[in-house]
Amino acid sequence: MLQILCLFIPIIAAFFMPFFFKKIRNVHTGWFVLLVPLFLVIYYTTFIPVISKGETIIEQLNWIPSLGISFVSYIDGLSLLFSLLISGIGALVVLYSIFYLNRKKEQLHNFYIYLLIFMSAMLGVVQSDNMITLYLFWELTSISSFLLIGYWFNRDKSRFGALKSMMITVAGGMLMLGGFVLLSLMGGTFSIRALIEQAPQLATNDLFIIALILILLGAFTKSAQFPFYIWLPDAMEAPTPVSAYLHSATMVKAGIYLVARFTPVFALSEAWIWLVAGIGLLTLFWGSFFALKQTDLKGILAFSTVSQLGLIMSLLGVSAIAYHVDGAEDTVFKYAAFAAIFHLINHATFKGSLFMIAGIVDHETGTRDIRKLGGLMSLMPVSFTVALIGSFSMAGLPPFNGFLSKEMFLTAMLSVTEFDLFNFSTWAPLFPIVAWIASVFTFIYSFYFVFKTFTGKLNVDQLPTKPHEAPIGMLISPVILAGLVVTIFFIPNIVTDTFVKPAVVAIQPFLYTSPNDVNIHVSAWHGPTPELFMTIGIVIVGLLLFLTLSKWQKLYSILPERFTLNRLYDITINELLGSWMTRFSKLYMTGSIRKYLGYMFTAIPLIVIGTLIVKNAFSVTFEGSSPIHLYAVILIVVLVIGTLTTVFARSRITSIIALGSVGYTVSLFFVIFNAPDLALTQLVIETISVALFLMAFYHLPKFSKVEERTRFKFGRAFISIAVGVMVTLVALSSHSQKFIESISNYYKETVYTEAGGGNIVNVILVDYRGFDTLFEIAVLAIAGISIFAMIKLRLSRKEKNYESK
Amino acid sequence: MKVNNVILQFTAKIVFFIIFFFAVHIFFAGHYTPGGGFVGGLVTASAIVLLVIAFDLNTVHKLLPINYIYVVAIGLILALGTAAISMFVEQPFFTHFFDYFYLPLFGKTSLHTAALFDLGVYLVVVGVTMTIIQTIGDDE
Repeated sequence: MLQILCLFIPIIAAFFMPFFFKKIRNVHTGWFVLLVPLFLVIYYTTFIPVISKGETIIEQLNWIPSLGISFVSYIDGLSLLFSLLISGIGALVVLYSIFYLNRKKEQLHNFYIYLLIFMSAMLGVVQSDNMITLYLFWELTSISSFLLIGYWFNRDKSRFGALKSMMITVAGGMLMLGGFVLLSLMGGTFSIRALIEQAPQLATNDLFIIALILILLGAFTKSAQFPFYIWLPDAMEAPTPVSAYLHSATMVKAGIYLVARFTPVFALSEAWIWLVAGIGLLTLFWGSFFALKQTDLKGILAFSTVSQLGLIMSLLGVSAIAYHVDGAEDTVFKYAAFAAIFHLINHATFKGSLFMIAGIVDHETGTRDIRKLGGLMSLMPVSFTVALIGSFSMAGLPPFNGFLSKEMFLTAMLSVTEFDLFNFSTWAPLFPIVAWIASVFTFIYSFYFVFKTFTGKLNVDQLPTKPHEAPIGMLISPVILAGLVVTIFFIPNIVTDTFVKPAVVAIQPFLYTSPNDVNIHVSAWHGPTPELFMTIGIVIVGLLLFLTLSKWQKLYSILPERFTLNRLYDITINELLGSWMTRFSKLYMTGSIRKYLGYMFTAIPLIVIGTLIVKNAFSVTFEGSSPIHLYAVILIVVLVIGTLTTVFARSRITSIIALGSVGYTVSLFFVIFNAPDLALTQLVIETISVALFLMAFYHLPKFSKVEERTRFKFGRAFISIAVGVMVTLVALSSHSQKFIESISNYYKETVYTEAGGGNIVNVILVDYRGFDTLFEIAVLAIAGISIFAMIKLRLSRKEKNYESK
Repeated sequence: MKVNNVILQFTAKIVFFIIFFFAVHIFFAGHYTPGGGFVGGLVTASAIVLLVIAFDLNTVHKLLPINYIYVVAIGLILALGTAAISMFVEQPFFTHFFDYFYLPLFGKTSLHTAALFDLGVYLVVVGVTMTIIQTIGDDE
């Protein structure tokens, strides 16, 4: 139980944040939040000994068993690694945010609630074995990311970035859901583990390739792969702790996780290898190339993240090759999956620290524009050291962990040239070449990031605030991460045995049965191999290009803005959806309720009478009907008079009272037809709605003279007659046809024995069809709160302190 | 124009309690005889509306200083929570439980989780109705 509960602990904690923020003003709310990830880190650490032996732990909580939907916490090497990253980096980021966000100026409770929701959602994504709940958590990460990017919601750019990320990731998520549904149709289960077991049979299905593409689209949008990466640079408007956490260490890796998790299902397919490896490599190059165009510190890091995600993605694509090679566990093809996971860990450490440094620079100097920065080394020595460690690791230099995984990445890319299935021999040489070029650019932007900020001339006048070193609290987290960067370099095998190998087993269950079977030993020096020469080449070419950067960086401005992907997004959102669609909607959305009612009451009879005709469902028999009594006739006369009065009355009061009388008469009908529950409800509803009408009465515009002499409108009369005819036809037909046995007998038989009640109507409401009632009261509540919001919280123009519009 | 509402106000004070207790009655009776949370909520709301008509919104708000939005929230949480309880004992969402107990004073009584759910419905209905009436009535 605890395992499932842990998924929800952050969300449960989120409920208490407003109280902490409002009642305990003297303590930064972040300190309370910090307890949550700390607890989770400790909790998940206890799993390490078991999981690193290759065992898996599963716990399940049924949600909707009839549909096979359940909350599952499935912990194996892969999900444990991600869970530890989420909680570990989460703890560091929360600690960092305590010093980054001002306790007095910021709406901290909002921030931390979003962050905690994200934490739960992300844990859910990586632990769910059930695809439907996986999707649920997946979209929850998109929503919390949207809220966090838009945290400073009075900035135009924040709102734009939030919307953009939401549009792209949610669209991808929907496609992914389609893929999940197809997979479950093919395999007959929502469980990923069960699907992996049937992978060979699935691959023969016609829908297999469609499911593959849909799921990849979900992964690519989330992990900012080409051409969907455009949301990530705009997401940098979020507060820096969020960028470090969501947009570099965890959420953007959800796509990586998904690809890794589904590798055993899809590895059989040629398309999978081509798409994942190809798009990954393209993204790797594209991101590293355009990182040098950026002038914003966080912009550089955003493109660098895009590029590094591409790197991991391409490795996962290559790792699928192992499926097609006999005895791959002893060949060069074993490296790709290992390198992917190893680099994922390393990337989280160095990129997290770099983001935090970018935040510190922004916080202490007031700008992130690299053209204004420079020479901060002497003022901020600690930050400089951390930035240097992070950047060198990113560039792939020893003695930092990036070097190890970068070497292994090159090994994996070189291995592709030895693969001869699927026409790979034609294209394979491209893999190491592109990888090498991208690595050169990675090297340059890593240097660009650290040296343009911290060395060179210091222009204090250009900076909005006088720079100084950050407070100690803010430095703790980046220093810890930088420490890890160095530590991992010196003890790589302890790290890989504990975390990487169990995860590799989860990605390649067809190769290994336990982590001990993964026969890879990481070492910094393995002789004069091609990888080493490639690295030396990267350093030399990279250094040369970095030193001449100022001469050729201008080339970037030659690229026209008009043909970028961002422009495509803007056109789609602003022109296509924004202005064309608005124009189209305005054709029929005129703002007049009468028109809307007209549409609705034209459509309903059309559809219903149409169905009656097409299905030839109309029939009339008066068999078994009871004789009409005099009091029924009297009630009908009253009803008709009341209705006509409502319509033709000269004053509204008369209309309202006449309408009330119609309602009361209907409830009398219920009484004589033995429906006391309905009668009671109708009676009270009528009383309250008359009172409501009288309340609203004051706010209605006066009956104008024009209105009073309303001419007889043929169209409206026709619509109302059509509605009347429709109801009559449906009532007669449904009474006359007895195709389906009435369900009331079932209720009569079970109401006491199974539901423990006596009044069927009420038991239907609370038990048999409780879902309906639950949703109805939810809708009712939304309606009530909306009315309250529209009337009470009307913003006057002055109160709108947004930037523009 | 000054209106003398003495009779209405005096009657309302007494009738309010009659209606309110009737509401409580039909709420509890709902599982076996006509009634239930929805009607009970509406009847309660109509009792308060009667007070509003006899006096005015401000007076009623002083008498019953309730933030009805909270009532809505509590009702929804109660309803959702009751529905979710079953999940934690390995039963599908929305499974109700009931049993018969011998309570002092009441004798053999059926205790049913559906009643808790119905209480949620009751609170939401009262809350929403009163929120709407209060906001529309308040707005000048």
